[in-house]
Amino acid sequence: MEQFVMTFPVGNRQSEIHPPRVCGVVSSGNLEVLVESGEPGDSCRIDVHTPAEGFRDIWNAVLGDFVERHPVGGVNVTINDAGATPAVVSLRLDQAVELFRSEKP
Amino acid sequence: MNVKPTCYFEASARTRIAKLVDPDSFSELCPPHLRHSSPHLARLNAPVAFDDGVMVGRALLAGHPVLIAGQEGKFNGGAVGEVHGAKLCGLLERALSERPAAVLLLVDSGGVRLHEANAGLIAISELMRAVLRTEEAGIPVFALIGGSCGAFGGMGIVTLLCTEVVISEQGRIGLSGPEVIETVKGVDEFDSRDRALVWRITGGKLRRVLGDATRLVDDDIASFRAATAELLGKHAERRLPASDLAALTEEHEQLSARARRYDTARDGRIVFEEAGFTELESVALMPVDDFNRHLEGTP
Repeated sequence: MEQFVMTFPVGNRQSEIHPPRVCGVVSSGNLEVLVESGEPGDSCRIDVHTPAEGFRDIWNAVLGDFVERHPVGGVNVTINDAGATPAVVSLRLDQAVELFRSEKP
Repeated sequence: MNVKPTCYFEASARTRIAKLVDPDSFSELCPPHLRHSSPHLARLNAPVAFDDGVMVGRALLAGHPVLIAGQEGKFNGGAVGEVHGAKLCGLLERALSERPAAVLLLVDSGGVRLHEANAGLIAISELMRAVLRTEEAGIPVFALIGGSCGAFGGMGIVTLLCTEVVISEQGRIGLSGPEVIETVKGVDEFDSRDRALVWRITGGKLRRVLGDATRLVDDDIASFRAATAELLGKHAERRLPASDLAALTEEHEQLSARARRYDTARDGRIVFEEAGFTELESVALMPVDDFNRHLEGTP
């Protein structure tokens, strides 16, 4: 297992506090994404737990693209991965943020 | 409005709960952001889930207050570990003080989680006792089965202790799974790749004919909801008599008689035959409504 945190400055703080939302399932080739309000400042903090070791560069690229698509500041994302491909990670992150935003504060 | 049916088999546990109960009525206990995940899996360097593969909470179903739990079959085969089991036991314990109309267990599990086998086995025995205690207090416990893992191992036992069992044709109930039996006793004993055979022995239709399941429903969440609502109505009208030793002993005798009757049976066919299904080949293809009509028409 590998665990690391990546923090992206976004410069666009989510003004509303939403309840936490979880999306996806920890099963082979899939992942679970938890989105919570809370990170102080305008950054997005992403905490990754993955059994696939040695893919940190790819994670950095995939998560960098994600915060470009969704500049959500003041948000914590935690990922329990079970060997998902980059495309699945991207889709699941988009889905999780959409769910999170749709929830009334 | 035409609502597209949602397949129960394919849905995640979260989706099943959300679509089974009255809209927006589910409130989760021990929600995922509290991170009650398995310390054993973490120590073994295996991926963990925020909810340890089971969600528990309160909801309304057709207006009836219920406590509800859903096992996520896609996380470690829905297997029961220490935290997972404690969440289920805690829910049943809560039922004694909250007295809901029923406790609903959306079972989708292969049994005990082998990574934490001792803790899992203890959890199963606590769970069996908790189900019996809840029923003794006059609160019915329903098992709903229609996921890919079915109800096997310890969860198979827990299921058969439940007051009502709602199952789809895809659902299965058993103790040792077909692959396990084949590994231990050989392919002559049980060919686990013969899917038709597996379903004739463990599948929803056979369990309904045997009486292990009390309702057979189509594989969509709305059908599970309709059957559960109907059963909740039935139990609201006539409270469950407190189960006692005499009732359990009688049930044991019936089960022993059944075991003797089918002692030499190699297949579920004979059970369907005795239930009056003449065209055995068509049983598998028979729509659920026709199957139920046939069965309930049988004296």
